[in-house]
Amino acid sequence: MNVHAHFVAQLHGARPIADPAASDALVDVEDMTVTFRSRERVVHAVNGVSFSLRRGEVLGILGESGSGKSVTLRALMRLLPDHAQVGGKVVVAGHDVARLDESRLEDVRGRAISMIFQEPMTALDPVFTIGEQIAETVRRHEGCDRRTAEARALDLLDMVQIPSARRRLKAYPHEMSGGMRQRAMIALALSCRPSVLLADEPTTALDVTVQIQVLLLLRKLQKELGMAVIFVTHDVGAAIEVSDRLAVMYAGRFVETGTAIDMIETPRHPYTNGLLDSMLSGDKRGQRLETIPGAPPSLGQAPAGCSFAPRCRFAATSCTLALPEPTAFSPTHTARCFRMDTKAERFAMLADA
Amino acid sequence: MKPSADLPSTKSPAAEPRDRGGPAQPLLIVEGLRKHFPLKGLPFTRRPVVQAVDGVSFAVKKGETLGIVGESGCGKSTTARLLMHLIEPDAGTIVFDGDPVGGLRGISVRDLRRQMQMVFQDSYSSLNPRAQIADIIAFGQIAHGRDATEARERAHDLLARVGLAPHLFARRYPHELSGGQRQRVNIARALAMDPRLVLLDEAVSALDKSVEAQVLNLLQDLKQDLNLTYIFISHDLNVVRYMSDRVVVMYLGRIVEIGEVEALYRQPRHPYTRALLSAVPTLDPRRRTEAPPLTGDPPNPINPPSGCRFRTRCPFAEGVCADRTPILAAIGEGVDHAVACHMDTAGSGHSKAPAAPVSSLEAAE
Amino acid sequence: MSITAAAPAISIPAPVAGKGYWRLVGERLARDKVTLVVAAILLAVILVAIFAPLITAHDPYVGRVANRLKPIGTPNHWLGTDEVGRDLWTRLAYGSRLTLLTGVTPVIVATLIGATLGIVAGIGGRVVNTLVMRTMDVFYAFPSVLLAIAICGVLGSGVRNMILSLTIVFIPPVVRVSESVTTQVRSLDFVEAARATGASLAMVIRHQVIANVLSPILVYATSLVSLSIILAAGLSFLGLGVAPPNAEWGSMLNALRQSIYVNPVNAALPGLVILITSMAFNLMSDGLRSAMDVRLPR
Repeated sequence: MNVHAHFVAQLHGARPIADPAASDALVDVEDMTVTFRSRERVVHAVNGVSFSLRRGEVLGILGESGSGKSVTLRALMRLLPDHAQVGGKVVVAGHDVARLDESRLEDVRGRAISMIFQEPMTALDPVFTIGEQIAETVRRHEGCDRRTAEARALDLLDMVQIPSARRRLKAYPHEMSGGMRQRAMIALALSCRPSVLLADEPTTALDVTVQIQVLLLLRKLQKELGMAVIFVTHDVGAAIEVSDRLAVMYAGRFVETGTAIDMIETPRHPYTNGLLDSMLSGDKRGQRLETIPGAPPSLGQAPAGCSFAPRCRFAATSCTLALPEPTAFSPTHTARCFRMDTKAERFAMLADA
Repeated sequence: MKPSADLPSTKSPAAEPRDRGGPAQPLLIVEGLRKHFPLKGLPFTRRPVVQAVDGVSFAVKKGETLGIVGESGCGKSTTARLLMHLIEPDAGTIVFDGDPVGGLRGISVRDLRRQMQMVFQDSYSSLNPRAQIADIIAFGQIAHGRDATEARERAHDLLARVGLAPHLFARRYPHELSGGQRQRVNIARALAMDPRLVLLDEAVSALDKSVEAQVLNLLQDLKQDLNLTYIFISHDLNVVRYMSDRVVVMYLGRIVEIGEVEALYRQPRHPYTRALLSAVPTLDPRRRTEAPPLTGDPPNPINPPSGCRFRTRCPFAEGVCADRTPILAAIGEGVDHAVACHMDTAGSGHSKAPAAPVSSLEAAE
Repeated sequence: MSITAAAPAISIPAPVAGKGYWRLVGERLARDKVTLVVAAILLAVILVAIFAPLITAHDPYVGRVANRLKPIGTPNHWLGTDEVGRDLWTRLAYGSRLTLLTGVTPVIVATLIGATLGIVAGIGGRVVNTLVMRTMDVFYAFPSVLLAIAICGVLGSGVRNMILSLTIVFIPPVVRVSESVTTQVRSLDFVEAARATGASLAMVIRHQVIANVLSPILVYATSLVSLSIILAAGLSFLGLGVAPPNAEWGSMLNALRQSIYVNPVNAALPGLVILITSMAFNLMSDGLRSAMDVRLPR
C-alpha cells in the first residue's frame, strides 16, 4: 500500500469509511479548525487542515510566523488556551482528542503522544534534576518502582547521546548547555514510549553545529522507535533533513503537500515557490533576491478565496472568489491553487500577458 | 517618493567629502580588541572571568561588507558593542579612516558614532515603545543639536527611503508595526546619522524568510546608493555568504579564519570553519546530511581551553594545540586569507603541518 | 538603481491617525468598564470632600444626645446618627476630606522623593546605588505599620505628624520599585541605540528612560493610596492620628466601635467607606496598569 496515496486520499476526503488503511493511521485529522475568540477579537488560526500519519512517518509542516503551524500541533494534544475552539475531527492513536476528559487526556499525553518545544527551559522543571523528572514521568505513567524508573532514565539519557549520562542524571536544567537541555527534553518526551512525537521548532534556538546533531538524533530515534513524527519549523533546510513528507502552511491551511523531493524540485503553489526563491544558498550572491511582496493576511475573518491571492503575482479574479480545493499532481503531491502550472509555464504566461 | 536633497545621493567613493585616508586606507582597523567580563563570585576569591573577546584584530575596507560569523558565545555581538563603544574595551585600538579613536590626537567616541551606526537584532526592544516612529528616527539628530522640525522632516524622507510610506508610519508606535517594518525603522534610525559604516548585528535573524529577503534587498540597495560600508554579523552562514565580500569566523572570543567569501566558503582551512559549513542543513532532499561534523556544544567561555580554543572539539587536535595558541597568519604570500591553526603553520610541531624551512626551525631554537 | 526599487510594496494595515501616548491610554481606559465605574466612585468621593458643606444640612461637630444612634433612614438623618447624636452622613462627608488628605498627601510626597532617589540609584554608578538602596533596606527591616506607629509615637499625634510618618513609610518601597524599573529599562536595546547615536547621557535619560519609567511608578503609587488610607485610618483608630472630635473615618470607626451591639450597621459604616475607597484606588491602579501597557492588545 502506497503510504502517500493514502495521504492524498485523506486530503481529498475521498476515503471510504471502511478503508482498512484507516485503522493503522496513528494521527487522523480531518477538516480541523482552530478559532481563538476573546472579547476583543477573533482569530481564525487554523482553517481546515486534513492529514493522516502512519507509524514510522515523518511529516514536516513548513510555515512562517502566524501561519498556524504551532497551533495545529498544539491542537493535536489539546494544549490550547480555553478560549480556543477546535472543530473537525482529531484522532490520535485511536483517541478522539477533542472529546477526552481531563484525566484521560493526561493519560494520553506522554504515553500516546508527546511533544518537544523550541525552548527546553520552559518544558523542564527548574527545581528538579533531569533524572528525577524523567523517573517521575516514567513512574506516573507506568507505575513501576523507583529503581526501575531510574534505570530507565539512565537508558534514555544514553539513548539521546548525552555524554557521561550517569553524572547528568543529577544535573539541573540550568546547569546544562542548550544542546544538552534539548536532548534531555527529548529523553523526557520519549520516556513513556509515545507512538506520536510532536516537535515544535526544536532546533531553532540552537547553534548550527548543535542543530544538525539534534536533527540527526531525531531522525535516528524516529527510525529506531518507529514513531510517527510531526516536525514544525520555518527552516526549509531543517525540515528536509528530517521529513519524508512536507506540508507548506499558509494562513491556517496546507497549501501544498508532497514528498520533500516533490516540493523542492517541482514546487507547484506560488507561495511554496516564493518561499524557496527567498531562501539563500551559495549561488545567489550578487543577485537580487526574489521576494514575496506584502505580508501575511490578518486572520480576523475566515478568508473566502485563496488566502495567498492578494500577494500572488499570478492571481486572477477567480482566486479571490472561491477556495481552491487540493488537486493532485501525482499520488504524493497536491496543491491548493487554481493556477496549477509549473513555474516556468506561469512565467511564460505572464510574459504573454 | 522622492529622495530628499539632504540625503547623500549615489556617488563614487572619491566624492565622499569625509574621506580622509584615501581609497586604500581601510575604513576601520581593529587591533588587539579584548573584553573580559568578571562574574560575580565569593568575596576574596578569584572571580571567574568570561573571556568574551580575546585579542581580535581585523580591518574593514572602504565600501565592502565584512561578515562576522560564529556560534553563540563566540563574541561576535560583544565585538559589535565594543566597536560602538557601548561597552568599554579592556584593551585594543580602533582606527577609523586613519584616525585613532580616543586619545589626544584621535577622534572622540562622539565623532566615531556620527560616522558609525548600528542596527540591533531585536527590532522590538531596540525601539522606544513610548515614542512615535518619526521621533525615534529624529532623536539622534536632535541630540546632535539639529532643529526638531528639520530632523522630523528628514525622518519622513528616511521612512520613504526604507520603504515605509511616511504618512502612514511616521506617527505610529513600534507595537503597531510588524517585525519587518520595525527592522526598517531601525535601519532608518541608523541612516539618520548619515553614517559611513553600519554595523548590522543579527539584523535579519528574527525575521521570517520572505521578509528577510526583502530587508536584505533593501540593505544591498542602501549600501550602493548611500556608499556605505557594512559589518554584517550573523549566525546564519547562508545570509553571511550572500551579503559579504570578506568573512571573519569567530570561535570563543577569537578569530579562527578570515578571508574572501568565496575562497573561504569553497575551501575553508580551519577545521572549525569546515565543520560549521558542513553543519548547515542541506536543501537537497536526495543528499541529506548523514553524520554531524562535530559532537557536543561549544564550551563555556568562562574557562576556555588553553592553546587553541577549538582543540576540545577538533578531530585533528594534538599536544601542541593545548600548549601553544596558534597565530592568525596568511596562508600564502599576498593572499587575503588567514587562518589560526597549527596545521597551517609551518614548523608548528603538528604532524599535519607543512615542513618548516630549516632557518626558521633554528630561529625557533 | 532607482530609489523606488528599494521600497518593495508592502502591505500596510489600515491607516492609523497618530495619537499621543496619553491619548492612547485614555482611549484604552475608556473601554475598560470596571475602571470607569471605579473612577466614578473616586470622583464622587472627591466631589463629596470638596463640597461637603453644600451637600449636608448639619454641623459635623454638633449633635443631640437624645438623637444618638438613630438607624439608617431616620428622617432628617438618612444615614442615621453616631454615638453622640451627630449626623453620620455629615460626619462621613467631612471625614472624607481628612481621609483623602492623609491618604493621598503621603503618597504624592513619597513618590516625588522616592522616584527621584530610585531613578538616580538606577542610573548612577555602583556606589550611589549601594548607598541609596542599603539605606532603604534599613527602613525595610521594619513592618510598615509598626514603623508608622513608632514614628507617630515619637513625633506625637496630629494630622501633620501622621502625614509625615506615612511619607517616611512609603519612600522605601517607591525607591525600590523605581530603581528596579530604571535598571530594567536602562538595559533595553533602545537605550543602547540612543546612546549609539552619540546623544548625551542627560538627553538619553530624559527622552528614553524617564518616559518608560514613570508609568509603572505611577501605577504603583496609585496602589499605595489604598494602603495609605487604611494605615491613616488605623493610626487614627489607635488615637495616634486625627484626634476627636475631628471627623476622620478611622477615628469615627474607633468611636462607634463601642456602639456595635446597639447599632452594628451604623458602627460598620465608616469601615465600609474605607473599604470601598481603598478598593477603588487598588482597582484604579490595576486599570491604569493594563491601559498603560501599550504592548498588550486590547
